Order: sequence, then C-alpha cells, then structure tokens
Amino acid sequence: MKISKVFKGFSMEKWGPLLALAILFVISAFASPYFLKTRNLLNILRQVSYTGIIGLGMTFVIITGGIDLSVGSMTALVGGIGILVLNAMGGGPWAILVAVIAAIALGAGFGAANGIIITKGKVAPFIVTLGTMAIFRSLTLYISGAGEFRSQSNLFPEVGMGYFLGLPNPVWIFIGLAVLFWIILNHTKYGRYMCAIGSNERVAKYSAIKIDKIRFFAYVIVGITVAVTAVLLSSRLNSISSSNAGQNYELDAIAAVIIGGTAMSGGSGSIFGTVIGAIILGIVNNMLNMLGVSPYLQGTVKGLVIIGAVLIQRKNNK
Amino acid sequence: MAEKILQIKGISKEFSKVRVLNNIKVDIEKGEIFGIIGENGAGKSTLIKIISGLYVPTEGEIYFEDKRITEFKPQTARELGISLIPQEFNLINELSVFENIFLGKEYQKIILLDKKRMIKKSEELLAMLHTQIQPTDKIQDLSVAKKQMIEIAKALAYESKLLIMDEPTTVLTGSEIELLFKLMNRLKEKGVTIIYISHKLKEVREICDRVMVLRDGQQIEIEDTKRMDEHKMATSMVGRELSQIFPKKNQPEVETVLRVENLSVKGVLEDISFDLKKGEILGFAGLVGAGRTEVAETLMGIRKKTSGKVFIKEEEITIKNPTDAVKHSIAYLSEDRQGTGIITTFDIIGNITLSSIDNYCKLLINHKKEREQAKHYVDSFNIRAASLKTRLEFFSGGNQQKVSLAKSLDTKPDIFIVDEPTRGIDVNAKREIYRFLTDLASKGISCIFISSELEEILGMCTRVVVMREGKITGILSEKELSEKEIMLYATGLKGVA
Repeated sequence: MKISKVFKGFSMEKWGPLLALAILFVISAFASPYFLKTRNLLNILRQVSYTGIIGLGMTFVIITGGIDLSVGSMTALVGGIGILVLNAMGGGPWAILVAVIAAIALGAGFGAANGIIITKGKVAPFIVTLGTMAIFRSLTLYISGAGEFRSQSNLFPEVGMGYFLGLPNPVWIFIGLAVLFWIILNHTKYGRYMCAIGSNERVAKYSAIKIDKIRFFAYVIVGITVAVTAVLLSSRLNSISSSNAGQNYELDAIAAVIIGGTAMSGGSGSIFGTVIGAIILGIVNNMLNMLGVSPYLQGTVKGLVIIGAVLIQRKNNK
Repeated sequence: MAEKILQIKGISKEFSKVRVLNNIKVDIEKGEIFGIIGENGAGKSTLIKIISGLYVPTEGEIYFEDKRITEFKPQTARELGISLIPQEFNLINELSVFENIFLGKEYQKIILLDKKRMIKKSEELLAMLHTQIQPTDKIQDLSVAKKQMIEIAKALAYESKLLIMDEPTTVLTGSEIELLFKLMNRLKEKGVTIIYISHKLKEVREICDRVMVLRDGQQIEIEDTKRMDEHKMATSMVGRELSQIFPKKNQPEVETVLRVENLSVKGVLEDISFDLKKGEILGFAGLVGAGRTEVAETLMGIRKKTSGKVFIKEEEITIKNPTDAVKHSIAYLSEDRQGTGIITTFDIIGNITLSSIDNYCKLLINHKKEREQAKHYVDSFNIRAASLKTRLEFFSGGNQQKVSLAKSLDTKPDIFIVDEPTRGIDVNAKREIYRFLTDLASKGISCIFISSELEEILGMCTRVVVMREGKITGILSEKELSEKEIMLYATGLKGVA
C-alpha cells in the first residue's frame, strides 16, 4: 500500500535518467574496484564536460524542433582558429583573453550562419547543418594543411588543465553553464517561447511570437557552447588536430540530450536531464575502457544505449 | 424487440483517480440514430472514445453484436465495424481525397497500388454524399465543410455498422446539414447504426430516435426524442432551469476605434471597408468560405494585404505580423482552437501568458504573478481544471476555449476579434462566453464577432457586416437585422456589388 503511494507521485519522465544513472553507478562500482577512485571520477567528469557543454546548447536547438549536426566540425574549426589567434598575439595572458573572445565570437558567428540559412532560407536544419558540418571540417583541414594547430603558449594549458576547489576547470564551467541554461529554459521568456515553437509553431506564430528570431538564437547559442568546448579542448591538448578534434561530438551531444529525456520532436526538454545523460555516456565509456572492451566496439554500446533510452521513453509515454 | 448492436454494461472511466464517467448502462438498437447530449466535460467524448477503442474503461463491459469487446484498440474497433468521425479531422493535407479515404486499406494489384479502383470507389462514395469533390482533389484545397465529408466517406469505405459522429454539423452550412441528415436517414435504412453527438438540440430532436443525457459523468436519462423538446433537453443537461441565453446588448459609443478602407488581398478579399465603434460588438456573418476569417487574419498581419488602409483611432497603422497587431492592442481568438489557438502540451498558465509574457517578466519570469493571473481567469471564467499545471490536451473543448479566450484577453486588447467563439461547446459555456463578451463591450472594448450561427449574431450584435465570396455585400443596422435579411445578403440575392 505505502510503496504504491510513494510511486504514485514518481514521474518516470523526470526521474528516469537519474535512476538509470544511479543503477549504472552501482553496477560500475562493483564491476571495477578502480571506478570509485577520486581520480577516475574526476576524469569522467572532465571528459563529460566537453560534449556536455555542447549538449546544453543542443538541448535548446532540439526543443525548438531543430538539430545541429555541425557542432563537431565547428569545434575543430573554432579551436584551430583560436590557436592561430593565440599564437599571433604572442601567447601571454592578454593573448589568451583575445583568443577566447575571438573563439566565442566565431562560434556565435558560425551558429548565426546556420540560423540564418535555416530561418530565412527555410531549409531543414538537418540539411543545413549537414552541409556546414562538411564545410567546417574541410576548412579546418585546408587551413592546417591537414595537420595540427599547435599552440606556442606555455600558459594556455592552465585554462583547461587547471583545478579550482578540487574540481577541474571544465567541470566548473559545465556546472555554471548548466545552471545558466536551466534558468534560461525555465525562468525566462526565451525559454517559454522555445517550448511554444517546438510544440506548435502555428500557435506560436498566431500568439505574436517572433519564431524566426527565437530559432535563430538557439543556433547562435549552440555555436557559443561549441566555442567554449573548443577553447577547453584546445587548451588541454595545447593543440587541435584538424582531422580528429571534435569527431563524433554531434553524436555525443545529441545522445546526451536524448538520454536525458528531451523529445526529438521538440516542445519540451530538461537541462538537468542532459547533464545526467552526458554523465551516463561518460560512465559507459569509462567502464568499457576499464573492462578492456575493444575501442571498436564502444560505438556499438553507445548506439544501443541511445536506442534503449528512446525505447524506454516511448513505453512510458503510452 | 429490435436487435441490439451495442450493449454498454456499467462502463466507468477514471483518469488519475478522477471519475469522469460513472456506471453507464445502455443498449443501442440496430439501425437507430442515438443521440448523446451533455455539457462540456459531461463525459460524452470519453464515452465515445471508449466505444471506438481509444480509451480502456476502468470498469464495465461492452458487447458489440453480442460479442464482448476484450481489446480496446482503434484498429480492433474498426475491424468490428465501429467508425468514429472525429471533431478534429484526421486527414493528411498533402495527400489527395482518394488516398485519404483508402489510407491504411489501399487496394493493390499484386504489389502496386490499384489507383483506378480506389478512384472509382471513391467516386461512388462521394456521389452518395452528393458532393462535387473529385477523388483526385488535394485535401489542403478543400474547405472545412468538405473535409468533413471526406471523413464521412472514409468511414463509409470501411463498411461500418456503427458510425459515431462527434459534432458533425458545427462546421456545416444549412444546406450541407440537410444533405447530411438525408444521408444519415439513408444509412439508417440500410441498417447502419449511428451515435450522434451534438450541442445543437434542435438537430438532435430532428434526427435522433432516442437521446441520452449525460451530466458530470452520470447518465441522467434516456428518452425517445418524441417525448423530449429542446427546453427539456437543456434543463436535463444542466440540471436546472436555464435563464435567458443572451445578455442585454451594450449600446456602443460614437467614437470610432477601427476603420478599414478598401482592404484587399489578391484572390481572397476585395475592397473591404467598415468601421468599428468603441464598445461595439460588430457581427460578421456569411457562409463558410465567405472570407470572414481572412479579414481577421489580414488585420492580424497573418496574411499580407495587397492594398487598402487600416486606421486605429483615426491614425493609419501598418501591421506586418501578429506582434504588430498585439502592439496596437488587437487580439484574435482563432476559429481553429487546436491548430492556432492553444498549445495542448502546455498547462493553463503557459497558455494564458503566451502572448503577454512581457507583463510577467523583467529578466526572469515572475511565476507567482503568472499563477495568480491564471487563477483569476480560472475563477472568473469558471474553467474546470484539476490544477493549473494540467496540460490542455486533457481538457474538454469548452474549457480549452475558455483558456484560449483568457489568453487573447491577457494582452489587454482594445479591439478583440473572435472567430467562431462558441464552436463545439455546450449551452452553458456558450452563455458564459456571451456574458464575457458583453461585459467587455460595456467596459469599452470593441469586438468583431465572426460566427456562422445566425442566432448568436442576432442575439449579440448591434450591427452586422455580411460577406460573400471575399466581398462585403451589406452592413445591416440593428433595425434591419433579421435572419432572413442576413441570408439574402449572404447568399447573394441582395446587395451584389
């Protein structure tokens, strides 16, 4: 009797991802004694931050009923050009600041380009970002001569490698952005409008909402999150590989959003869910590595996790 | 005793512990037209959704042709021969008429579609309905009334034994309703049973053999329509005597708030000119497709005008999009509630403040203020909801309409355009909406009242614009107003430009 009462108020939609994370965490702890080591957990969190941050922006885009496939290539291009700026400016503290600002402006600009073509050109987001995905990667390869962008700054790695109060910097930035995005989604008019557009574009239009503007900014915002990740990633390696950097980031970011319970059809979503989704993916990767599963098989597992998550949500919605 | 086609034995339904239908017991005879009436939220929709397999009942049993229905799925119901003609159409706009009619049961030649046979069969079905629609017409080019005909044709294509019609006449004009009733009688002769749901009690009395009254999920009575007049039905529905339906009309002031001069939209509207006084309820009458909704959409900036001028308080304005319209204090209550009016996956609060969110936020949304305002509307409009957080998809049509009304009003309009504001809602909710609109008028808000129901145009408006084929054929003053006069202008027998 009592148990059923407790579960009455339990919403699978809201708490499902967290429950899955808890179960995964317990299993992992038993599967490998190394898993619970602080170093390992911090490592997972750091690893998760890169695609997690992009996942935050991706949540917005998906809520409006869109998608952005170009984020991975954009990471490489923005990171690469950021390093070029850094080197040109001499690599000191000011140079880092200028490079970071340039990267963010660039990310916002690339996002704006996606957004303009999608809203003004009325081309499906899938097509537009598939196109820019190819363009961004190709430009990265061209500029670097298919090689590496290598930073000459000794200071730059501090940004991405440093710790603050015992947590790696990228993790702090991930947490900070998650809180900010949560506020925007749940407590600002912009968040409300995104949900309205994703739920029913015609109603939104009739309700005096400027649909194109709202959708445009969703792509700008995801561009900015890409720039943040690009800075953190290039700073950790102090370089950007033109062919590998950001590879499959679109997959991981979209997966985090989906696992976190945001519907692909748009209209509603959860920032908290995306954070959990990103961590679930991180732990899965970590476990596969520790259990010695072939890296070639890791994609299979990731794919199964994504499909499984969507199947569970479907079932619950019925 | 006639053969029983459907036996409903003690059906109840609960949604998250709330009982919306309680112990319904009725036997429906083969070949009868059985009416179900009741207010919004009385349980009519729930009951027919159970019969057509969309909902599983919490308690009770249903027998169709003496066999117990054990599986509540739309597919199963359809295979048994039960078809629902829904209020909101289930048609695919991009496909043609015959493709829609045969959707899911296509004729095939080996593995290829047998288009010829489908078109021929569609022609037969459409001929039965006495319509001019061609099987190859695209759905998106058809009027609402014609789409309705396609829904009926679709059900006929399944050779249904039991047809359930949910408010089929709300979108039809007088002559189309006559056609529908003739058709229903022909189907009846062929032994098809029809369950007929309507708020138009006159029609229920005319077409149905028996009628069941539901109130708050309870079965109040089942009676021969010969022994029920409209007044008795209405009283039984609301459970008390009904007072005057229409409130006393408000006399408008002399000040002109809106003046439209020679407004045209190529191929849609021609030379529309009229003015609107402060506190006036100006009726817009005409047949379906006369261009009334298009006038509203052009004023709201949803359609682009090709020429003409719009003045608000004698100042010329340009409206390019709905945002401009809201800025000039014009609000629009759309005729297509679920398509353009409300977001069904949002709760009451989210819907009400959708167009007016600026009043609730600086940087962040003031959720408390929003909630209080929503509560205010829920109380003053008598919106029946489990909570402010309930999604609108779980609301009855009348309650959805009230939320939609509250949403439009929350932008604090001076000019309020309402398009078919009482479509598909019950007598009591209608009465409430009439009262709100008259209240608004007495507070100095001007209202453009678009309606296909002449009764409410006559009951609400002091002046009426009559339209036909995109043109205004006449503007009738209060003295000239009568049902006959409006029809003469609407059908083009009078006032042809």
